[in-house]
Amino acid sequence: MGLPRWLRVTLRLSTGLILAFIYLPIGIIVLYSFNAAKVATWPITSFTFDWYLKAFNDAGIRSSFATSVQVAIGATIVAIVLGSLLALAVSRFRFFGREAIAFIVILPLALPGIVTGLALNTAFRAIGFDFGVTTIIVGHATFCVVVIYNNAIARLRRTSRSFEEASADLGADTFTTFRRITLPAVRTALIAGALLAFALSFDEIIVTNFLAGPGVQTLPIWIFNNYQRPNQLPLVNVAAVLVLLLSIIPVYVASRLTEDPASVAGART
Amino acid sequence: MRRVAAALYRRPRIQLAALLAAPIGWLVIAYLGSLALFFVSSFWSVDSLSGNIVTTPTLANYQRIASGEVYPIITARTVIMATVVTLTCIAVAFPIAFYMARVASPRVRGLLLVSILLPLWSGYLVKVYAWRLILAQNGVLNWVLAPFGLQGPGYSIEAVWIVESYLWLPYMIIPIYAGLDRIPGSLLEASADLGGRAGNTFRRVILPLTLPAVIAGAIFTFSLTLGDYITPTLVSNTKFIGNVVYDLVGVAGNQPLAAAYAMVPVTIMLVFLLVARRLGAFEAI
Repeated sequence: MGLPRWLRVTLRLSTGLILAFIYLPIGIIVLYSFNAAKVATWPITSFTFDWYLKAFNDAGIRSSFATSVQVAIGATIVAIVLGSLLALAVSRFRFFGREAIAFIVILPLALPGIVTGLALNTAFRAIGFDFGVTTIIVGHATFCVVVIYNNAIARLRRTSRSFEEASADLGADTFTTFRRITLPAVRTALIAGALLAFALSFDEIIVTNFLAGPGVQTLPIWIFNNYQRPNQLPLVNVAAVLVLLLSIIPVYVASRLTEDPASVAGART
Repeated sequence: MRRVAAALYRRPRIQLAALLAAPIGWLVIAYLGSLALFFVSSFWSVDSLSGNIVTTPTLANYQRIASGEVYPIITARTVIMATVVTLTCIAVAFPIAFYMARVASPRVRGLLLVSILLPLWSGYLVKVYAWRLILAQNGVLNWVLAPFGLQGPGYSIEAVWIVESYLWLPYMIIPIYAGLDRIPGSLLEASADLGGRAGNTFRRVILPLTLPAVIAGAIFTFSLTLGDYITPTLVSNTKFIGNVVYDLVGVAGNQPLAAAYAMVPVTIMLVFLLVARRLGAFEAI
């Protein structure tokens, strides 16, 4: 396209600046996690790996890390089941209320997080269910369904029904066709969706805060409870890097699994 | 197994019901049910002596958030913040989205897309915390600004503005990029052929055509800012709707009042979504 030279240069420059703006804070927290000093002053004068070893042996970090993994895996499994069932129903059947489903599925993400958190909090109190890991999993699964659903339905729409019909014509029953045709077609989309759901759950705090109850800590909640304690600062930095890694790596792998990286965003937006 | 499969094949309705039972049960009954209960609970009250919830319907919570000084000011502050953050995101997102859609080679475009998506999905709390360290008295920002005789905003309302804009920027870049990518090149050439300069083409061709995409992005930047209580807690001493709701549930134990106040962002977002649908933003999501 015939853009004037000055405009091209300006656009390239501003793109570079914006990328730097996006990544600098992430880089700085990683640097701070290696800071030998106990206070976060800049510039950093000496580096150490000690805090990682201390964090590894810290009971609070260990148990909240385990809780986070447990919650993320639980929420992902529930979301895979619900999201793929829903995607199959919407893509292969016509029924009353089909259009409304796409809206309901996205609601937990489109509404402010405090609303979903507070609504589920109210409901659990009303039925007298104790807050803990289960309630967090329920909350996370509710907003993770859309990720699986969107990934699966995009793939199902692109997969022609004629493969399934051919399979039926060749004598395969419903279950065999699902196992041999439908599932292989959506497998990578489901894996990508699962990774995104895991990442989404692992660093969530807004809804989690309303559902954790006393005594149960995910890693983000541990950070939230400790960031103001001066002697915990180095460990909070390490915990922050852990949360970052466990949410950024799954997203990166997911983006490699889907042929069109923009569809990863489509799942969220 | 085979007999079950054959029976299912003959009755597609049962197949459908089997597929839908669990997800509908979860999303419609449990989730929408919770939302409904949450709405109803905003008309309840708390007995001041016993602290128990009284389920006799009353409008007192709504009267309380609509009158006096405290609540309306916090509401206005939050809405203004959401508006300013959204406008900031639009202004910052356009150049990079335009570069991705119209200038970059396909390879660079792919790389840029992934680099925008990674931070969109990950480390929300970590990013806010990183900014807390950056904005600190002895932090990076003051260190960079000191030679120029300047000082950063510290923990303040300006800090909330910077951090929220930073957090939600990717949510604006992606839809604007997709919107710009969909504009046929021939339209831009036609505008140039008819004598439209870059600025003119931008204002009269590109901007109107990307408006639905901008609104789609704004749904997210606006909603996410309205409900955020983590950012104001970490980088300011100022209260926003989210903080008040969080404190009302936790510290004050007044769940009904919290529900009534949380209806404010819900109502704003519902109106926003209705307007957005009119303007065709749903196709741009």
